Amino acid sequence: MLTALFFYLFAAICVGSGLMVVVAKNPVHAVLFLILTFFNAAGLFVLLGAEFLAMILVVVYVGAVMVLFLFVVMMLDVDFAELRAGFIKYLPIGATVGLLLLVELILIAGAWVTAPEIIAQVPTPPAADISNTEALGLILYTRYVYLFEGAGLILLVAMIGAIVLTLHHKRDVKRQNVGLQVTRTREQSVELVEVESGRGLS
Amino acid sequence: MTIGLSHYLTVAAILFTLGIFGIFLNRKNVIVILMSVELMLLAVNLNLVAFSSFHVDLVGQIFAMIVLTVAAAEAAIGLAIVVVYFRNRGTIDVAEIDLLKG
Repeated sequence: MLTALFFYLFAAICVGSGLMVVVAKNPVHAVLFLILTFFNAAGLFVLLGAEFLAMILVVVYVGAVMVLFLFVVMMLDVDFAELRAGFIKYLPIGATVGLLLLVELILIAGAWVTAPEIIAQVPTPPAADISNTEALGLILYTRYVYLFEGAGLILLVAMIGAIVLTLHHKRDVKRQNVGLQVTRTREQSVELVEVESGRGLS
Repeated sequence: MTIGLSHYLTVAAILFTLGIFGIFLNRKNVIVILMSVELMLLAVNLNLVAFSSFHVDLVGQIFAMIVLTVAAAEAAIGLAIVVVYFRNRGTIDVAEIDLLKG
């Protein structure tokens, strides 16, 4: 009973804030509503017994990716009102396509029945006496270790790519060149001058 | 009033549809399009976790983690491209991104 109550609460807020992401006038509000959506999806994950993924969603997604979105939205000096032109124009076709797809998906999902013999022979059932995190770790680091390392590689490539794309040097800002400094010789930097007494340098 | 697999699948279907709806509505604003894609990926993850939970199989959760990884990488690269494009052209209107004359 309590589970059903929380399911409807999380699902309602999730869908409502998801709609607000799409129709919000201000992109900053859209990002904040997206954060609310992710929090409620994390609640749904907890109801499903996937606590580790719920925490990953809150820590990594809300904590890193959505804050990145927020930074970019606030950093770009864009006239967002101008970008909303045509919003009303595309509303009918968007609503039509969306509604058709939604009806199809719900027709599929509503009639979903799982054969009981499939559940009996799944390859990796969660162990009964350990937590979700421990069970995930036990198969992630053994059977799916290549998938795990591949995910790490994807993140490394994404990090290097993002840095290479956004790093740029301004022309008029002087930067330290360590190599040049270290390879400087005495001849390049010191000049000895014979100065006559009483004359000085002109 | 038990909550079954179909309930979770319906919520995921609604979220996915909202993502598509968002791409149709905000087809000029790259940032909102990226956010709609995130919404769709979240719906996919919800599907994966729901199936994993109701079929008592942990592989679905492993796959959801991989999807999260790829989504994070995609968001980082996408936003980097948006920032560089804005620095060069001063706009992020999708209709004006036509330098390649495609």
